[in-house]
Formats: sequence, structure tokens, C-alpha cells
Amino acid sequence: MIENLDLGMVNWARGQFALTAMYHWIFVPLTLGISWIIAFYHTIYVRTGNEEWKRLTKFWMKLFGINFAIGVATGIILEFEFGTNWSNYSWMVGDIFGAPLAIEGIFAFFLEATFFAVMFFGWNRVSKGFHLFSTWMVAVGSNLSAVWILVANAWMQHPVGQAFNPDTARFEMQNFTEIIFSPYAINKFVHATSSSMLIAALFVLSISSWYLLRGRHLIMAKRSIVVAAIFGLLASVFTIFNGDESAYEIAQVQPMKLAAFEGLYDGRQNAGLVALGVINRDKKVYDTQEPFIGFNLHIPGLLSLMANRSFNSFVPGMKDLVYGNAEHNILGSAQKMDRGKKAVVSLEAYKKAKKAGDQAAADTHLATFNEYKEFLGYGYLQKPEEAVPPVALSFNAFHIMVILGMLFPLIFVGYLYFSLKGTLVEKKWLLGLGTITYLLGIIATQAGWVVAEVGRQPWAIQGLLPVSVARTNLTTGTVQATFFMFLILFTLLLIAEISIMAKQISIGPEEN
Amino acid sequence: MATGTPDQAGLLTRIYRFYRDGFRQMTLGRTLWKIIFIKLFIMFAVLKFFFFPDFLATKFSTDTQRADYVIEQLTQPAQGYTKPVQGE
Ligand code: HEM
Repeated sequence: MIENLDLGMVNWARGQFALTAMYHWIFVPLTLGISWIIAFYHTIYVRTGNEEWKRLTKFWMKLFGINFAIGVATGIILEFEFGTNWSNYSWMVGDIFGAPLAIEGIFAFFLEATFFAVMFFGWNRVSKGFHLFSTWMVAVGSNLSAVWILVANAWMQHPVGQAFNPDTARFEMQNFTEIIFSPYAINKFVHATSSSMLIAALFVLSISSWYLLRGRHLIMAKRSIVVAAIFGLLASVFTIFNGDESAYEIAQVQPMKLAAFEGLYDGRQNAGLVALGVINRDKKVYDTQEPFIGFNLHIPGLLSLMANRSFNSFVPGMKDLVYGNAEHNILGSAQKMDRGKKAVVSLEAYKKAKKAGDQAAADTHLATFNEYKEFLGYGYLQKPEEAVPPVALSFNAFHIMVILGMLFPLIFVGYLYFSLKGTLVEKKWLLGLGTITYLLGIIATQAGWVVAEVGRQPWAIQGLLPVSVARTNLTTGTVQATFFMFLILFTLLLIAEISIMAKQISIGPEEN
Repeated sequence: MATGTPDQAGLLTRIYRFYRDGFRQMTLGRTLWKIIFIKLFIMFAVLKFFFFPDFLATKFSTDTQRADYVIEQLTQPAQGYTKPVQGE
């Protein structure tokens, strides 16, 4: 019974994972993105030989170093949590992710030990060409080391290239290229890295704007801004396009997530995208309450266009996905639960028959299991409505991300325009806004992960394994205690990051 | 690799000196390394060791036992679902 399950443990374990992942993701986007901007600054220095560019490059490298040092290895904590809190899940996916993640870790270590060292220590000690090459390799390598973990996440959202082995209870890799080149994985990598480039550009903008407002380091700040604004503009436009592509993929594979983050309860043709609206938190998929409170504005057809690349197409709502819609050939979670339960039952019967040495019965049960295994996860749900993720949180996170995503290119254009006109320093309002843009970027990127992860609940592996079964049979108390330890540890790290950064920013670039 | 070394020392020596001098000249870097080591110590020697054992690795000694346990988890009613009736 679901009431018998220590749901508290599952929620604490989820909370702990969210806490550590979100703290980790404060450091990561900056590392991923600023390494490219530094590579551009360094390139300009090598090409022009102008010492001001060298000073500028060294300054941003220093801030990169601080962020890297404080953030490095914080992701390993997520791996600890897998083994302790999510042991069923870890066991089941071990064949797919164990080796590649380990290889990636070793690769990242050697890369960091070599090219990072040359990047930081190499001034006047190695040739300019090799030094610059190392700076670029730091950018390439840092971003590459995010590949596999993002592929793993994409696989959980869309588990392709695998087969479940009922003897080992493991998903086994059948097709490596299908996993690594799944459109989900590509979109995730591209969206995560391009949005990180955008965030790093906002970081440069924020600090440089602060200098301009204070009248300090004017040349460095202006130069930093021009490069960061061009880079940020390109990254932000690209992020909008590949974000749209992510939404298209979601519509095909996780339509419930799409319906949740758009607050779409009843499916419709020519579905509109919500431009303005306050979601009704109390609404349930089975009741008749209005989805939005008061005024709301939809842009007609845009959701259909985003979901299916056609204005007139039908986008299923949460009700269609829960209760089914025969007209549009949509299987509801209620029907999927029936099939899922058959998968669970036949899995158990198969194991029993195997133990009893009854091969004929085992074969029969295995055949039934294989027929229904794609619905396995639904066999663990109690009610069809459990297939609906938290709607309000998904909706708000998605809209915060998108609104900010639309705002950022405008900010970059503003900075470029006034920089070219030579009047940027006079535009105090823009510089004021600029100083907080990095914070806005962090909010957008965190919201992005909320969309991706909250929006896919209740699944640890889409359709195959709900979080309630993925977890370890532990007591709530154990997880609670470590939750607070992490909270303290990460908060201390964040305080260290902010205070060391703030000190270095206030010192500014070294004089030549 | 290193160009600034005055003598014709071997590659390995030059690499060694490159790192050694780099580390010696660090200022802010020293603080950062301290933070890295304290963090790693807390993570591995305290958290991993005392609070984050690998559940299946510590509880069972063979992979067959682990597989059986997980299958049991997937098919036992106490794990969060009502056990379905055969043929339902
Ligand atoms: C306006 C344009 C944007 C659109 C249409 C968009 C769309 C999306 C969608 C649909 C997801 C969910 C992907 C999934 O569940 O697998 C997502 C996730 C995410 N978004 Fe956005 N996004 C936009 C802007 C941004 C911005 C501005 C940022 C950060 C500065 C950002 C950062 C993220 C991150 C970090 C994720 C989680 C990783 C991922 O799933 O790709 N997005 N975005």
C-alpha cells in the first residue's frame, strides 16, 4: 500500500538530491561558460599583443579559478546519494552508466591536471601558442566532461538503447550510439551548455557594470563587456532555439511534462502558449476548477506549433493523458497501469518459476513480461492521477525560464548598442540592471532544471521506474540528518565562493 | 614544452619544475587548494565513510544476491504499490 510506504523517506531523498544538484549547478554553468569567454579574451591578447587584454584575461581567469576550485567535486556527492538513497535505481542502471561515468572522471582529471596547470602557470613560461591552445582545451574539456552526465539524465527522460534483463534486474546497454546520440541527449547537452555560455556572459556583464558604475577599471570593463555581449547575444538566441527544440522532443516523448508546464488540462487543437497567467495551485486533474486564476493570455496556436511544428495540431492535456482519449488514440495512465501490473506480476511469476526449475512456465511468464514491459513503471502507481507531476511548480519554473530567456538578448543588444555609440557609461539604468543580470541567469538556469526534473515526476526512469521504487529501503531519519549536513556544507562553500570572489573583484585586475 | 628554463634539462625535469614553480608562486591559489582539500576530506573521509555507504555493496556479498534483492523490491507489495492480482 502506498500508505505503508515511508513516503517521507522518498521525499527527503528527493529533497536532498534537489538541494545538492541545485547547489552544484550554481558552480557548473559558470565554469562551463566562462572558459569559452576567457579563451576569446586570451586569443585577442595573443593576436594583438596588447597588455591590457592580458591583464583582463588574467583577471577573469582568476575568478574562473575560484569558481572552479570551490565547485569542483561537488557533483560527486550526487553519486554518493545514488548508492545510498537510490540503490534500486543505481543497481538497475549500473550497466549503462557505471563505466562511462568512471572513464569521464579519469579523463576530466588528466585534462584538468595538464591544461589547467598550463593555463594558470603558463604566462611567460610556455610558448604563447601552446598557452593559448591550453586555454581553449580547458574550455573544450570542461564542456566535454559534462557530456556523459547529461546523456545519463536524457536517458532517464527517454530510456532508449536498452533492454531490461529480468535475471539481473538491470537495464543493459543494447545500442551505445542510440543512447549517446538520442535527440534528447543532444538537446540536453546543447541547451545546458549554451545556456551556460549565456550565464557566463551575464557574469562578466554584472561585474563589469559594477566597475563602470563605480568608475573603476574602465577600459577593462568596457572591453570585457563588448566581447561578452556579442558572445552572450549569440548564446542567448541559440538557447531560445534549442530550448524550443527540447520542448518539441518533450511533446513527443513526455507529453505529460509539456501539458504540466503549460497548465494544459484539456487537450486541444490550435493550442495556445500561455503568455500571461496565474496558475491555480488547487486545481486537480479530476475536478472542474479553472486552471488559471483571473485574467490569462494565450498566444493562439503557438503551443501546437512548439509541440508538433503545426499550428493546427492537437496537443494532449493532462486529462487526456490520465484518462485516455480514444479519438486521438491516446492511451491514458489508467490503461497503462493495467498493462504495467501485468508486467510486474509476470516478472514475479517468472522469478518463481525459475527458482522452482519450471522452464516452460518461466518462458510463458517471460513472454508476457516482454509484451508489457514498456509499461512496467505504471504497474507501481496506485491511481492514474499519480502520473501527473506538480503542475504549479513546473508551470512557474518554465515560464520564469522563458521570460528571462527572452529578456537576456534584449539586454545584450542594449549593451552592444550603447557600447558602439560610446555612451554606455552614461546609461546608469542599464548598468544597474546589468549588475543583477547574473542573478537572473542563475534563477533561469535553476528553473530549467526544475522544469526538467519536477516535470518528469513521478518517474526516475520515464514510464519504467517511479521514484518510490527507485529508492533504498531506509528510514526517514537517516536521510534527514544527511540533508542538513549537506545544507551546511554547501552553504559554507557558497559563502566561501562569494566572499573570496567579492574580495578579488574589489581588488580588481593586477596592475602590470 | 617549457621555454623559460635556462638549462637543457630533460622533459620530465622541465615539467616537474613547471609545476613546482607554478605552485610556489601561487598566492590566492594556496587558499583555494586548502579549500579543495578540506572539502575532499569532509566528503570522502567523513560523509562517504560514515554516512553514505553503498547500500547494496555493504549489505550483500555477491551480484546474484543483489539482483535477487532488487527483483524482490520490484515485485514486493511493501515497496509502494498494491500487489496486483494475477491476471488482473
Ligand atoms: C526562451 C527560451 C527557452 C526555452 C524555450 C527553453 C526550454 C526548455 C525546456 C523545454 C526544458 C526542459 C528540458 C527537459 O525537460 O528535458 C529546459 C530545460 C533547461 N533550461 Fe531552458 N529554455 C529556454 C531558456 C533558458 C534559459 C535562458 C536558461 C538559462 C539561462 C535555460 C536553462 C535550462 C536548463 C539548465 C535546463 C535543464 C537542462 C535541460 O533539460 O536541458 N533555459 N529548457
